[in-house]
Order: sequence, then C-alpha cells, then structure tokens
Amino acid sequence: MSPDRELRVSKIRNGTVIDHITGGQSLNVLAILGIDGSEEFSLSIGMNVPSDRLGRKDILKVEGRELSQSEVDVLSLIAPEATINIVRDYEVVEKNRVERPTEVVGVLSCPNRNCISNDDEPVETRFAVMDDGVRCDYCSEILRDRIAEHIDV
Amino acid sequence: MRQDHLITATQLSRPDIEAVLDRAREIDGSREAFEQRYSGSVLALCFFEPSTRTKMSFETAAKRLGAETIDMGSIESSSVKKGESLADTVRVIEGYADALVLRHPSEGSAKMASEFVDVPVINAGDGAGQHPSQTLLDLHTIRERHGLDDLTIGIMGDLKYGRTVHSLASALTNFDATQHFISPESLRLPRSVRFDLHESGAQVREHTELDAVLPELDVLYVTRIQRERFPDENEYHQIAGEYRIDADTLSAADPDLTVMHPLPRVDEIAADVDETSHARYFEQAHNGVPVRMALLDMLLGGDAA
Repeated sequence: MSPDRELRVSKIRNGTVIDHITGGQSLNVLAILGIDGSEEFSLSIGMNVPSDRLGRKDILKVEGRELSQSEVDVLSLIAPEATINIVRDYEVVEKNRVERPTEVVGVLSCPNRNCISNDDEPVETRFAVMDDGVRCDYCSEILRDRIAEHIDV
Repeated sequence: MRQDHLITATQLSRPDIEAVLDRAREIDGSREAFEQRYSGSVLALCFFEPSTRTKMSFETAAKRLGAETIDMGSIESSSVKKGESLADTVRVIEGYADALVLRHPSEGSAKMASEFVDVPVINAGDGAGQHPSQTLLDLHTIRERHGLDDLTIGIMGDLKYGRTVHSLASALTNFDATQHFISPESLRLPRSVRFDLHESGAQVREHTELDAVLPELDVLYVTRIQRERFPDENEYHQIAGEYRIDADTLSAADPDLTVMHPLPRVDEIAADVDETSHARYFEQAHNGVPVRMALLDMLLGGDAA
C-alpha cells in the first residue's frame, strides 16, 4: 500500500482490518457483522479506494474487536477477495483470506416471497453454499446474482 | 436407509421408492392382512389449504390400517386464524398424534415443521414446492403398467407452480426415464428443479408444443393451468387451450399410451378421453389408498424407506 493510501484510513492499535473488500460492499459487510456504529469501538471505513488488484476496493478497520474466522467467512459471498488482518499493538499478527462456508445462517433473506422462512415463524434463514450461489434449505430456491441485496441482518 | 419424514421427492432413492411400491403392491393383494395393524394409532391431518382427495385418501389409508385420524376443522375457526405460528401448531398437535400429514401454502413449510417435532411429518403439498406422496402413487400407477425403466414420459401444463410435477420429475431421475416437459414459456420448470435434474444427469427436453413428441410417449402426465397464473383472462384462455387434449389429439399417440392427471381436472382433458384405453387418472387416484397405507406402514412401523 502506498503512503498516499495509508493516509486515507489511519492505523489501528488493536482490532481487525478487513481489506480488499469488493468496492462498494463495506456497508453490507458491516451489516453482516452486525456492526451499526452504536458500539463502543471506533471504526474506519474506506470506500472505493484505488486498488491494483481490484480496481477499487473498500477497507474496514475495526478498533478493539477481533473478528473470528467463522464470523468473517460469510463475507466471502459478497467480498470473495477480502483479507482479514488481526492487529495487536499496531502489528499484524494474523492474516487470513475469507473461506467459503458450507452454509450461512440468519444472514440472507430468501428471495422466494412464498418461502416459509419469510413467514412469521421462529426460524433463522439457512442457505447451503454452492459453487456459484446459495440455496435455501427450506424451499430450495437458488440465489446466484445480487446476493448482497438479500442481506437481512 | 431410514428416514423419519417424507418432505421432498429429492430425498428418495430408488430402493426407498421400490420399498414403498412393493409394500403397496402387497397391500393391494391382501388388504385384510394390514387391517387393524395400527389400531390405537392416531394420524393428524393438518390441512392449511383446501384438499379433497389427498386428505380423504390419507384418511382412508389410516382407517384401513385401523388408525384414527384427527384434523383441524376449517382454517377459519382454528387457532391459525388467531395468528399462531406453524411451529407452535405442529408442536401442539405432535402431542396428540403418532404422525402428521401437512399441507400448507408456503414452500418449505413441511421441512420447517419436521424440525420442530419428533413424530414423522409427511408433506402433503407445500405451496408450489413438493408433493412426494402424490409422486409415490404416480410411480405406482406407472410401474404397474409400464415399469419404471426405459420409460418416456411427457409432463404437460403448469410446470412452474405444479408441485406434483416437481416431485415426479425429481423421483424419476432414479430410473432410466426420458422426461419431456411441455408448457408455455411462462410456466416452464423453475430454476431449482432444472438445476437438480441437470445435476442428476437426467435425460430432459423442454417443449412448448405436444404434437412433435406425443408419438414417442409411454406416459402423458397432464396438469391444470390455473387461471390465477395469468393477469389477463384472454391470455389464459388462449394459452390453456393449447395444452388441452381430447380423444382426437390422442389419435397420434402410441396405442399403449397412459394418460395421467393428479386431479382435479377442469377441461384440460376432455371427457371423451375417459372412454379410451389411455385414461388412467381415476385408477391413479384410487392408488392413493394402498400407496399411502404403505407409506404410513413404513413411517409408523419404523422400517421407513
């Protein structure tokens, strides 16, 4: 990262940096992670930052919170290139890629309006992750495009 | 393989299907041997949508096995109208019955219900999803006449919303069957069903007209195109008319062609077909009893397919 880009988002002492998020998806990433700004920790968001690899990318720095691998794996659906850096005392101590989970629970709403998971029932939505999309465990509907539009957390 | 519920036809393997159909054949041959086998058992018929034949045939099947049935009465007078969730309803009824038969307007409802109860759940239709017990009786009808391998079947009508079609198409992938799907473009098979057929390596063709494929067929499975699927009344009449058959249509068919329909029909099969040797839809409906007896026997008896 060039010094020029470093200036856009300041360094954090302890926490998580999610880098190489697909441009424009950082707010959806925050929604998936359940972060809405009401928390104690500070948060930096860089959107549409120039990137050699992605053209433009988003970057998130979450101060004071370490995100677990399972927490971030679901991000792979909307930000497959994302990298997760765990920072302690200004040093990156762990660097991971997101991995596709086998299922995502309670994150997406089913695009089939007639699916039981959209009724007022005490169940979380559950989707199996396929090679090129996700599939509702209840009604079998397949969701391939615009997955981010169905994030409901 | 032991299964506790019958939720979708995709869960059924060839041995599962053959076990149920063998049992149905056995019941057909000696019904008295099965009478009173389940005396003292209770089957709950949870129908959140109107049904005549599915409900009555489950009821008959249960009674012929000696079991009692209970139902919810009309939806209008039930707790569902008061806003009770399906999850709560089935958890209550579970305490009254040894198995639940569920029909519900939402896709995935039977799957969800099965996650909340320990007694067997049989999906008797979940919205435009699946109707696997219908498929078992369809397969029984086909098997008794043609066998299930080396079969060429045409499935015609509303393939998009037709739950009997979705279940039948999926179950047939267990056999050496060529499936021709005949429908207007707007009512072709949904993507999820096409995906599963493709994944299973099924031999599948889609058509918008019956004529070209009719002479090849061993079975023609006709379903109703519903008026409410079309915003425009004229469009409905025009399209539905193209997928209507009569005795004249069938003059081009193989003499051994079997015509089936999950019923109720409106006018998609003309009454003059009833008199031909092709018509098997009433026999098909009657097969609901031995097949559902077999299914109940396997689920209640614990030697589930």
